[in-house]
Amino acid sequence: MIIENFTPWLSLIGGLTIGISAAALLFFNGKIAGISGISKSLLAEFETAAEKHWRQAFTIGLIIGGAITVYFAPEMTAKTLNLPLLQMIGGGLIVGFGTAMGNGCTSGHGVCGLARRSRRSLASVLTFMGSGFVTMYLMTHLFSLERFY
Amino acid sequence: MKSILSALLTGLVFGLGLGLAGMMNPTKVQGFLDLNGHWDPSLAFVMGGAVVVTFVVFPLIIRRSRPLLAKEFSLPSSTDLDRPLILGAVLFGIGWAISGLCPGPALANLSSLNPGVFGFVFSMFVGFWLHRQVVQVRKKQSHSGS
Repeated sequence: MIIENFTPWLSLIGGLTIGISAAALLFFNGKIAGISGISKSLLAEFETAAEKHWRQAFTIGLIIGGAITVYFAPEMTAKTLNLPLLQMIGGGLIVGFGTAMGNGCTSGHGVCGLARRSRRSLASVLTFMGSGFVTMYLMTHLFSLERFY
Repeated sequence: MKSILSALLTGLVFGLGLGLAGMMNPTKVQGFLDLNGHWDPSLAFVMGGAVVVTFVVFPLIIRRSRPLLAKEFSLPSSTDLDRPLILGAVLFGIGWAISGLCPGPALANLSSLNPGVFGFVFSMFVGFWLHRQVVQVRKKQSHSGS
């Protein structure tokens, strides 16, 4: 194993920032910052307008925050990459279905669920991490799918 | 109105955090998942940093009687380790590795105008929709079948 492109400090600062944001959403709005849940329910009908509006606002904020990164540090985003379209469409479909079925992703189960000491979230995080590692191994060893560089 | 503004701002900070962390770069995500090649452990520091904050702060917040700008906390109540939870997580991990994106970084990347990101986000919503159809069909079957 060779360790490469390691950015511990920047990633730690990014992680702390994500944690602060999730804590702020809980403190001010009483909501869990689970991105798959938030975006999934954008398609659904809501009992009250407020339920819809905070989700729309959070999503718009997320897109703006991402846009700031894309503008100032494009090399840290997908801006400069040539991504294989079919692979991305397939990945998106599986991520959408899987996170809807498992009720959460990296943010809802990872960042927020572990903090709530939820055993469902711990099981989810261990499972999707394991599944991710195994899939990457199979992709690069059994199938001819290349990692992006 | 204040609650909409706080949702907008927390979303913005979340997006900035994803960018700083390196989560918006699919090559970095795949580099983390590829233990066998040239491994990039950075993303462990992302989850570590985020959870250090939330793990300490969440219990303190939930102990309060209510959130600052809302009537009550909306928290998941389910505790079952059921099949959809595990199967869904397995699928999520597969898609995450294939594409190097999870839902947050995908949305944050929309402004990159990368066709691969657009493809991912579109099909992710198709995946949400498909799951809802499956659940609805299951419900109908269990109503008429029993």
